[in-house]
Amino acid sequence: MVVGHGVRCLSQLAELPELHQMMRQTCRDYAQKELAPIAAQLDKDHKFPAKQVKELGAMGVMAVEVPESLGGAGMDYLAYCLAVEELSRGCASTGVIVSVNNSLYLGPILKFGTEEQKKQWITPFTTGDKVGCFALSEPGNGSDAGAASTLAQQEGDEWVLNGTKAWITNCWDASATVVFATTDKSLKHKGISAFLVPMPHPGLSLGKKEDKLGIRASSTANIILEDCRIPLGNMLGERGMGFKIAMQTLDSGRLGIAAQALGIAQAALDCAADYAHKRTAFGAPIGKLQAIQFKLADMALATESARLLTWRAAMLRDAKKPFTKEAAMAKLAASEAATFVSHQAIQVLGGMGYVTDMPAERHYRDARITEIYEGTSEIQRLVIANNILKEYQQ
Amino acid sequence: MSGRVLVGVKRVIDYAVKIRVKPDRTGVVTDGVKHSMNPFCEIAVEEAVKLKEKKLVKEVVAVSCGPQQVQETIRTALAMGADRGIHVEVSGKDYETLGPLQVSKIFAALAKKEQADLIILGKQAIDDDCNQTGQMTAALLDWPQGTFASEVSFEADKLKVVREIDGGLETIKINLPAVVTADLRLNTPRYATLPNIMKAKKKKIANVKPADLGVDVCSRLEVLKVDEPPQRQAGVKVETVEDLVGKLKEAGRV
Repeated sequence: MVVGHGVRCLSQLAELPELHQMMRQTCRDYAQKELAPIAAQLDKDHKFPAKQVKELGAMGVMAVEVPESLGGAGMDYLAYCLAVEELSRGCASTGVIVSVNNSLYLGPILKFGTEEQKKQWITPFTTGDKVGCFALSEPGNGSDAGAASTLAQQEGDEWVLNGTKAWITNCWDASATVVFATTDKSLKHKGISAFLVPMPHPGLSLGKKEDKLGIRASSTANIILEDCRIPLGNMLGERGMGFKIAMQTLDSGRLGIAAQALGIAQAALDCAADYAHKRTAFGAPIGKLQAIQFKLADMALATESARLLTWRAAMLRDAKKPFTKEAAMAKLAASEAATFVSHQAIQVLGGMGYVTDMPAERHYRDARITEIYEGTSEIQRLVIANNILKEYQQ
Repeated sequence: MSGRVLVGVKRVIDYAVKIRVKPDRTGVVTDGVKHSMNPFCEIAVEEAVKLKEKKLVKEVVAVSCGPQQVQETIRTALAMGADRGIHVEVSGKDYETLGPLQVSKIFAALAKKEQADLIILGKQAIDDDCNQTGQMTAALLDWPQGTFASEVSFEADKLKVVREIDGGLETIKINLPAVVTADLRLNTPRYATLPNIMKAKKKKIANVKPADLGVDVCSRLEVLKVDEPPQRQAGVKVETVEDLVGKLKEAGRV
């Protein structure tokens, strides 16, 4: 759904179209009523919100950009970013579960899959009954994605995968994964290919669930491939295209993470501003003190700036214009905003910010990962710098 | 039987907002304040859409009376599954003084025009808490009414309504056409799905003026003043039951 095909007015930055406002509202309502009340318990229990994921599937949120013909909502990327932000405001773990399914799993299949692959690997993953995951990182390489040591060898009419993938979000709850493995070691990063593997599957096993600082309701673990055999038709895209698929997928994925970070920042700001009205000290609500006011202003500024960067990058993507630099800026700004805002929120709450009675401590723990996954802040800076230097090419 | 259901949806200040009285004490602050669909109207829409999904009714028409902004409320009803909307344009002073009597006249006129078989309304609005529109509409149309409904079902050509009353639950059977007002436990309203929000954009909202329906929206009521509720006073601790009875008698409560 594109308004004025290819032409996105900047007025959308000023006020969202009615469609987007309505879907933002429905996600906000859902997050407030169904996610926020259970987020603390989900975090404590490391519990995957299966019921909520199904409900979100029924709402179309698990496959926002997927066309209706394949079971998705058929909306644009701006709508998707709004959805992830609102849901993350309620529960950051749910936000990343939605984001990984949409951007990292459905995204590459939608872009690079054959019609047959789309029917098989997309449609069942739009309803919330099944979620997917994305297996790129390995114990030996995260940022250094080109050094993938997982191997894929052709044996007759099968690919045989061997290796270990690390830090895979959703994997304990997933029914399929997009895996990246080397098909031609001599070609270095141009020798990596992408594969679709169902889960569970013989030869694929999961490592222990990581005990994380935050986003604990989403599962993270290793995926171990030992003579994991899949049909030749399970290759996604062409042989050697894997690195390109991964990078393009991450370009979009980082907008989903930017949106998640915005949701966390907003939730932390909500918490701090509310407290500033209620807590009295020195004879008045602390919101009257300049020290608190300056903090709230800086927190709001950081969040709003990152939000506009995120919306702009999404709009560029929807207009099919280059958006790599803007997406990296959005992810960098939003994730640093999330850590800054949640840090300050604890400061505003004082001692109350340090205990589980208030959600501020959870926002602080949830925020931290946004500067790391789907491209560390350092990688984002490299992406931005490379783009800048290209623009100024002598 | 047209199989057509009219559902009233009212745009009210959101239930979570802290209400503030205007400094001139003529009403409450509405400018820049978050508004949403009245919660009981959401339940009414949900019930109508459920009846359509069960193929017991054919068309759900969402109606709202007010200025331009009520179109958002109608669109929310469309996103929940209503088929089309009717916006009855009332603005300015007329909107400020719009109450159950005028609205029920509008609904009665629309029911005749649209040949509706059923009108479902929320039992009351959370801003004025009148709990009158459903009852008045039924009276104007000389239709039976099933108010405070916690369950609605079709039995042959009649409507069975379970009503929540002070003593418990009362079950009645009424002829169609009829007016039903929704109570809290009738259902749990659905969240608008993204595909339905997309579809809602294409559904039609017709504009109509009260005069077109032969309705005069002039109010017979005048609001004299609006005040905050009295500030809650501190309580008093007493030592004995006798003291308690004494204090209650002093306050004229016993």
